[in-house]
Amino acid sequence: MQDLIVFVVLLSLGYFAGSVAESRHYRSIKRRERELLNLPAVTAADFLDEGAEVVDARLVHGSVVISIDYFKRILAGLRNLFGGEVNSYLTLIDRARREAVLRMKEEAGGADVILNLRIETSVIGRNADRRKTVGSIEVMAYGTAVTLKRG
Amino acid sequence: MILTNIETIPGKEIVEHFGIVSGSTVRAKHIGRDIMAGLKNIVGGELKGYTELLQDSRRQAMERMIKQAEEFGANAVINIRFATSSVTQGASELFVYGTAVRVV
Repeated sequence: MQDLIVFVVLLSLGYFAGSVAESRHYRSIKRRERELLNLPAVTAADFLDEGAEVVDARLVHGSVVISIDYFKRILAGLRNLFGGEVNSYLTLIDRARREAVLRMKEEAGGADVILNLRIETSVIGRNADRRKTVGSIEVMAYGTAVTLKRG
Repeated sequence: MILTNIETIPGKEIVEHFGIVSGSTVRAKHIGRDIMAGLKNIVGGELKGYTELLQDSRRQAMERMIKQAEEFGANAVINIRFATSSVTQGASELFVYGTAVRVV
């Protein structure tokens, strides 16, 4: 009985705190993405024109470690029974990627374009949950920020 | 030291190649952070302690790579790549490598 109470409390805590945190995070991501629209990040390395005059080129990176909430973890566990797309993990990873790219862009400051964007994802720390699920993931984005000569 | 992750340095010319340089570090997280992370695993969200820890470690790996490049007499590292692997429970290796060059 006691176990059940703990389970239900964790579940509802995860559900409410988790969804509040997620919607708040998405709002902040969307706002900052709009602000940084004038600094494009491209995966191509040879994006610049031949005659472009470059003032500065440097490596920029941004990273974030993000954790899933208890409710979603249980939900994903249930999903394992039926198969199919695991939406709860999808939003977790989507948030982390977009946050990492945003941090990278913020580090680039006054640059004009970010070339050769690479995004890397790795799983860290399975300790919080003994089952073999993703406890938390790290996403890192990096690229070369190029500043062009102002015409 | 100029660092890029593309094959060239825009606006500069490469005059000499020194081959591969790399730096790595293996870090474990301390118990206090683990407890906080355990709590965060219930409500979800960013684990700021881990983000900082990994950023610090990555900076250290990059410093080691830069030191190696300086010993060669290089003034830039191009084509930098990052790799992360969890070597054991609770510890990860952060590895960074690139090609040391001299540019003018």
